[in-house]
Amino acid sequence: MELTNLIIWLIPLPPLLAFFFIVLFTNKNNKLSHSIAVGGAGLSFLGAMYVFYQALTTNHFAEHPFGNAITWLNLGDKPFEIGVMIDPLSAIVLFFVAITVLMIFIYSIGYHNYGQPKGDHDKKGFPPHGAAQDGHTVLSIEPMYARFFAFIGLFAFGMFTLVVSDNLLTLFVGWEIMGLCSYLLIGFWFGKDSAKNAAKKAFMTTRVGDVFMLLGISYLFTEAGTLSFKAIFTEEMISHLAHADSYIPGLSVAGLAGILLFIGTVGKSAQFPLHVWLPDAMEGPTPVSAMIHAATMVSAGVYMVIRMFPLLQAGGHGELTTAMTVLAVIGSITALFAATIAVAQNDVKRVLAYSTISQLGFMVAALGIGAYVAAVFHLVTHAFFKALLFLGSGSVIHGMEHGVLHTGNHKVDPQDMYNMGGLSKKMPKTFWTFLIGGFALSGFPLITAGFWSKDEILADAFANGHMGVFWTLAIAAFLTAFYTMRQITLTFLGKARTKEAEHAHETPATMTTPLIVLAIFAIGFGWVGVPEHFPGIGGILPNWFHDFIAHGLPSFIHFETIHFSWTPLITSLVVALGGLLTGWLVYRNATTAENDPIKKLLGPVHTLLKNKYYFDELYDKVLVKPLAVFSEKVVYEFMDRKVIDGFLHKVAELTFSLGTIFREKFDLPVINEFFGDGTAAMTQWFGEKIRKIQSGNIQQYMIIAVLGAFVALFAFWMTLN
Amino acid sequence: MIPLSNYLIVAAGLFSIGLYAVLARKNAIMILMGIELMLNAVNINLVAFWRYLTPENVSGQVFAAMVFVVAAAEVAVGIALIMTVYRRRDTVSADEINLMKW
Repeated sequence: MELTNLIIWLIPLPPLLAFFFIVLFTNKNNKLSHSIAVGGAGLSFLGAMYVFYQALTTNHFAEHPFGNAITWLNLGDKPFEIGVMIDPLSAIVLFFVAITVLMIFIYSIGYHNYGQPKGDHDKKGFPPHGAAQDGHTVLSIEPMYARFFAFIGLFAFGMFTLVVSDNLLTLFVGWEIMGLCSYLLIGFWFGKDSAKNAAKKAFMTTRVGDVFMLLGISYLFTEAGTLSFKAIFTEEMISHLAHADSYIPGLSVAGLAGILLFIGTVGKSAQFPLHVWLPDAMEGPTPVSAMIHAATMVSAGVYMVIRMFPLLQAGGHGELTTAMTVLAVIGSITALFAATIAVAQNDVKRVLAYSTISQLGFMVAALGIGAYVAAVFHLVTHAFFKALLFLGSGSVIHGMEHGVLHTGNHKVDPQDMYNMGGLSKKMPKTFWTFLIGGFALSGFPLITAGFWSKDEILADAFANGHMGVFWTLAIAAFLTAFYTMRQITLTFLGKARTKEAEHAHETPATMTTPLIVLAIFAIGFGWVGVPEHFPGIGGILPNWFHDFIAHGLPSFIHFETIHFSWTPLITSLVVALGGLLTGWLVYRNATTAENDPIKKLLGPVHTLLKNKYYFDELYDKVLVKPLAVFSEKVVYEFMDRKVIDGFLHKVAELTFSLGTIFREKFDLPVINEFFGDGTAAMTQWFGEKIRKIQSGNIQQYMIIAVLGAFVALFAFWMTLN
Repeated sequence: MIPLSNYLIVAAGLFSIGLYAVLARKNAIMILMGIELMLNAVNINLVAFWRYLTPENVSGQVFAAMVFVVAAAEVAVGIALIMTVYRRRDTVSADEINLMKW
């Protein structure tokens, strides 16, 4: 127990040390840098696995979670404690975070072309352009190779800190460290304007959510007097918070705090309407996309809101509270809305970005309808298959870049799916793993993990009678399967549509090995959560996941066991298989982006989707431009130039005139003329008077001296008498 | 025995003659000789005081010998200076040796 607690404290440390080591000492040495970073991630991985294993084998673990706390700060009469806690929820999150982080670290070695020569024209802040070798161009190593590993090390530290925290404050610290790292990593190729802007956009957009989250934390602290999860999630505290009125009529303290915290999740997990930053974040290197969009940052948002579930459901007594309704609505809208956009994207990474937003919407909606376990389950499976898909897409892009360097035609975008096709033969490992990831995302029945988690969400929605959520998510799931199959078909199947695709090449083992490992989890992890009443195979494997997670909730929150129903099962079978089949049928003969079959079918709607419902433009018009004008006209020209500068100028003028008065009335007459010049004049006058006795005639001096001696002698003689 | 005061009177007279020479004569050699007279007056005093007051110590004689040495060195340097001045300026009058005056 003591050892386990110690290890929990130590889990976040190695990546942080790796960060400092790389930044301070080894940033010139690529091999040492990536060894340190991967070694750090490996140590955290070992620690996490040890803790996870302990969690599995400890009896009554859910009632007695691991962890301890230290007094960090004495606030008034009560100490503020920070510490670590591993309960079933954080144990399972730690499990998938540690695995995906390690895989991504290893993958990054290959992705950044370790072992390749230095590029001929590569500059820091730009992606590598390739190097000439033996008469043809080959991939060149990333110019800021070591820096990348330092940054992802810090990122991993943020995520581990967030997961092991036992209170909202240190959770928020980890949260913000990740915010900083996402900014640094999205803008990793800072030479590109698009990357620079994407980094700023991501930082500013998530900042909106973070401000509300901080408000929520402060509000919760004001009302509850503590931020520790254990202290808040007690029956008395929850019922106290649920019955205290907040500033907003009709909303309890728990509800308001929950909604404020959820806005933090909206920003971090890119929920509607703060989703705009996530697709742009694809400007970063692909391992970063995997890091942000699967393993860490977006999962952190959902993790936080899942963690806050007792607060969100407070006062509901089994019914939906206001906060939960907000979650359900926002989640459902996001799930459907992002899925429709993904259908019309041609960039291989952007499809996945919108898919991520959509899947996060699934989790939020699931939590909103009270499907706690299903939300956690989908969070975990999604982390595995989305990390797999992102790393797979990075592998595809890498292979395509190989082709681009071969032909030398740099106008071909290696990320455009219409430039690909037929890659399954060129890159078999990437293809098969991507296929597994894609099928998991689509919810391919029985085999893949995605099916079980998504099916559970739908079953929960149906069983509890939330038909709106059920149908919205079902349509979103259909679209998910459709765009996933569209992506697979366009990328891997059929014939190569460009010369570059013909010359694509399988990526090195450092990239394919993580894909294979993640593929195993993308399939296998679903089997730990097979519902017991599932026809045919239910009950063969125990529904371990449900037991493990559900017991992690405080005991005063009750779940109604849902009864099996054929409707959601058939629905999820139909949408998954139907979507996949439609996607394949529609896109198997696709030729160019202009002849996209969906485009003909949807017409202007396709343009709307392709432009993401013009959300960027809308925000640009409604928020960015007015803000720019406001800051230009009001803040800069009025406030800064007129009011503040004007005031300062007045102060300066006043000081200047005061100074002039002092100078003319005091300094010049009194100091200069009286004291300065006066003493000088007096000294000169005295000197002129007295110079006469210095005649230079020594005999005269001696006469004076002798006379003086006589006078002195006479005076002495007088005193003697 | 001749009393101590007689020696002192002789020495005072000799000192006054020397002092007069230093104060009143213009000739640099004369001034130098006046200084010698004054030093010798001091010597008479030193020896007289030793003989009459502390004959057991030799300090009076030692002092007198020291004064002789200093006086001899002084005369040697002084005469050399005066001779050099005389060669360059054709005069030994103290009034006319005024190059360093302001």
